[in-house]
Amino acid sequence: MASDTDTLHAEDPITGEEIELPADVEVGEIVDSPVTGTELEVISLDPLTLEEAPELEEDWGE
Amino acid sequence: MRVGVLYSRIRRDEKLLLDELRDRGHEVAKIDVREERFGLASTTAAVDDLDIVVDRCLATSRSLYATRFLDSYGVPVVNAPETGDVCADKARNSLALAEAGVPTPATEVAFTRESALDAVESFGYPCVLKPVTGSWGRLMAKIDSRTAAEAIIEHKETLGHYEHKVFYVQEFVEKPGRDVRVLAVDGEPIAAMTRSADHWLTNAAKGGETEPFALDERATELVERASDAVGGGMLGVDLMEVGVEAGDDAAADDYTVHEVNHTVEFKALDDATDVDVPARVVDWLERRAAAAANDAVDGDAPEAHT
Repeated sequence: MASDTDTLHAEDPITGEEIELPADVEVGEIVDSPVTGTELEVISLDPLTLEEAPELEEDWGE
Repeated sequence: MRVGVLYSRIRRDEKLLLDELRDRGHEVAKIDVREERFGLASTTAAVDDLDIVVDRCLATSRSLYATRFLDSYGVPVVNAPETGDVCADKARNSLALAEAGVPTPATEVAFTRESALDAVESFGYPCVLKPVTGSWGRLMAKIDSRTAAEAIIEHKETLGHYEHKVFYVQEFVEKPGRDVRVLAVDGEPIAAMTRSADHWLTNAAKGGETEPFALDERATELVERASDAVGGGMLGVDLMEVGVEAGDDAAADDYTVHEVNHTVEFKALDDATDVDVPARVVDWLERRAAAAANDAVDGDAPEAHT
């Protein structure tokens, strides 16, 4: 999945488009889809897999 | 040291913390609480060899239960579950501050529509109605009239979770268009900033503008006392300046502490100030892990998380 040392590529789970992510992403990290702005969660690194992040819930936050 | 990080979402705050821990050569075990089970004597999470676990759960309910279970196994965890219990509930938070003699806005809790309206009327207008749990300024209402109060209370009664039927009514504090957020570890301030907005809610999560803030002696004292009041740990202490007009550079006459947060976000503070916030947080984690290790060697119970 990795194209070079600085970025990784993965499929946007909503649009199916290929999107670029920083090479240091990690499992559990929340990233914004550059296509739709939707929050995506990194599910695995090998292969790099994304899912739509869970909706915010009432008791989330500080 | 071996550090466990409880989480369910890795935001920029957690990323900063993980990067700092790894840069220093600490061994990091990420514990996704969504994948674990917590039994009365043990957990599926690999926590036995950890020197300390830091709770970064975004969901309050997960934070409170996961830290409570880890604490019961004797695993050193920050923040302590007792601190979370107090901070997660605005009514308990207010009571703890008041009992410690820390100035905090006048507050009443009522359980019915009628008594809530009585509380609102006794404060006069405007006053503030908040959920007892929740965050990021969500579902907070500034009430300007009786008709607004009646409508909001009826909506909360009809549509809300049962916790929304605990009506937390508070005086409206005229702040100078900003409030102060202090990140403190066991009462010692790490960094402070103001959060400004034209809106009455100034939370950074609501888009308030942030600037570094120099704490004076009184503010520093109140941060320490507020931290002690809720049991210490890594906390976000929110203060409002008293006796300062908007746009006035004069020092505050005093402060009132409206809230202490136990799952504190620090990316905004890291951006707003010159302080290397993740580095200071990891300094503190190293001290706490060393203290817990000393306690274990001495045969004492795990540190009392004070």
